Amino acid sequence: MTLVIGELQTASQLDSAEVDAFLAENEFPIVDGTKVTFVWRGHADEVNLRHWIYSLESAMPFTCVHGTDIWFLHMELPERSRVEYKLEVIQHGRRQLLKDPLNPHLALDPFGANSVVHGEGHERPDWTLEDSEARPGTIAEHSIKSKAFGEQRDYQVYLPARFHSSRRYPLLIVHDGFDFLRFAELQTALDNLIHRLEIPPLIAALTQSPNRMHEYADDENHAKFLAGELVPEMEQLYPLVGTPSARALMGASFGAVASLSTAWRNPGVFGNLLLCSGSFAFTDIGEHQRGPAFDPIVPFVNAFRADPGRPVDKVYLSCGTYESLIYENRSMVPLLQETGMSVRWSEVRDGHNWENWRDRLREGLSWIFPGPLWMVYE
Amino acid sequence: MSQIVFLGPQRTAPTLKRTIDSLGIVGPIAAITAGWEEREPEDLELSEHLGGRTTNLRLYGRIEEVFKRDPELFEAMRERHDAMRLLQELYRQRLAHAHLAARELLSAVENNESALPDLYGPEIDHAILALRNLDAHHLKRVLAVHADFEQRMRPLERPEVMRHREELERELNGAEALCIAGGHVAILLNRLRLLGLMELWGDRPVIAWSAGAMVLSERIVLFHDSPPQGAGNAEVLEVGLGCVPGVVPLPHAKKRLRLDDGARVALFARRFAPARCVALDRESRIDWNGSELKLGAGTRVLSDCGELEGSAV
Repeated sequence: MTLVIGELQTASQLDSAEVDAFLAENEFPIVDGTKVTFVWRGHADEVNLRHWIYSLESAMPFTCVHGTDIWFLHMELPERSRVEYKLEVIQHGRRQLLKDPLNPHLALDPFGANSVVHGEGHERPDWTLEDSEARPGTIAEHSIKSKAFGEQRDYQVYLPARFHSSRRYPLLIVHDGFDFLRFAELQTALDNLIHRLEIPPLIAALTQSPNRMHEYADDENHAKFLAGELVPEMEQLYPLVGTPSARALMGASFGAVASLSTAWRNPGVFGNLLLCSGSFAFTDIGEHQRGPAFDPIVPFVNAFRADPGRPVDKVYLSCGTYESLIYENRSMVPLLQETGMSVRWSEVRDGHNWENWRDRLREGLSWIFPGPLWMVYE
Repeated sequence: MSQIVFLGPQRTAPTLKRTIDSLGIVGPIAAITAGWEEREPEDLELSEHLGGRTTNLRLYGRIEEVFKRDPELFEAMRERHDAMRLLQELYRQRLAHAHLAARELLSAVENNESALPDLYGPEIDHAILALRNLDAHHLKRVLAVHADFEQRMRPLERPEVMRHREELERELNGAEALCIAGGHVAILLNRLRLLGLMELWGDRPVIAWSAGAMVLSERIVLFHDSPPQGAGNAEVLEVGLGCVPGVVPLPHAKKRLRLDDGARVALFARRFAPARCVALDRESRIDWNGSELKLGAGTRVLSDCGELEGSAV
């Protein structure tokens, strides 16, 4: 691609048909080894790549090929990377954030969609795609009157295929559960991983907070709701194993903070944590710089770091290396290990997004709830 | 046993009916689905596939009843289970090192043309011998646990077990074939062993698939090359019922093994030789007539040169 762009740049004259042919002949962005070239076509004052890769400039300027309306940007893209981005196009002083019109790959999230580029060697895991051989589980709608919150709360329950009332199941509580279903293929992942025997058949309670920035930031009421209301209700409604080792809390970002905080506030209730890209902001000295949303989180994480105890037995922790939170998450690993908990840590070349969290489900869930893979041959 | 057939997985494209027809069996069939655990009774598909002529022997349910009525036996089984689990863990720790050594040496030869066969060959042989010795040692320890249990508890002489055996004997009367489905291999094996089922069955035809095939072999080898956790070292679980000698059945081999990894395939084959490691995938079939094994068309064996061979055993 570098060569192709180079040819375009050195060509004395380019007509529109040649540019059309160039666009038709290539897939964009073009990944070549550890390099990627982004291309945009149109008239503009300025074009920038907007991404969320920590440590790089958040706006990286494109260059216009002289005499054409083709804009391009080369950048390094290490193997097995996955990067979400948008194009910032400034025309007549007006700024627009666009999905890359030349790239069909999109990642959805609660705010819309971003374009995605995959580095060489990156593949979407096959277990995140529907498998016709995997028996599907079901999702049931529930509502609970919460004393902790003083209001009714909706939640959903995933029941595995071939659910059997005489059997006992582990319980997985998922923060932002509705979003995990929509943006991280949680049901497909559970169906497939259960089918593949990589996790046992389990029941998942999918919660969704109307005010996650508050309730997930070490909120006492949230911890009471989960440990004191949701778990007892689930154990009343469903055949659950009912021991700490068969209960897990899972969450991403603030949801990971909520998971850790809930387990820490209720020692002996939960045995497992699955924490993706936790917003574990802390300070060694002075004030934090992360904004007011983190005000309740920093004192909690500081207190946890000072005296973590041993809230659970097993933890799976992951973070993308392109996230600003990588430092905080890496810092958690030795701390958690020192408590004697079994800790599995995973860092990947990805960002703070739902597809990263989706792709961690196999490793995380099979760590906290290993399936009968080695013993069952059907 | 005069006629035992091993088949690949039967869920999506069953070949069971065709196999039974090929054996000329037209009468009642006894079925074992104990490997399905609490789903043992959910055998409608199986029954329909065989034209409704099956009787499920309910081995899982029977042993649950035995355990309820004979708590002493239940407790002894739990103790044995705990002892075997610990043995398995100890074996696994040693296996990790032995397996890694053998694999690294085999990979070195495969990936490095300049590796001198004279230099590497004996080291590889010795590394594989260490693995074989470790497997054998583990089996010996497991057999000792079984012997102690049998001597102390004498399960076949306990009233509850005897009662179920008498019932089973009646149910087996008139059955022309026995089908053993897959599932949880250890649970299936324990149920069959505790009730002495194969002794009751005698030498009538048996068709077994997946875990059903594994339990009838001489030793049970657990395997998965790409598990989500751990190194994926195949491990010996314990002795099987030994009805079919000289074969290590590998159900779902295409899914569970990296069959394109020559070093892994070669190691598997050499580690368990002279037994043949046979991939039991859809349409696979192995016939044992009491004296020799015959592979069905397309059924493949892991070879010691790291390839899959389809020739007759």
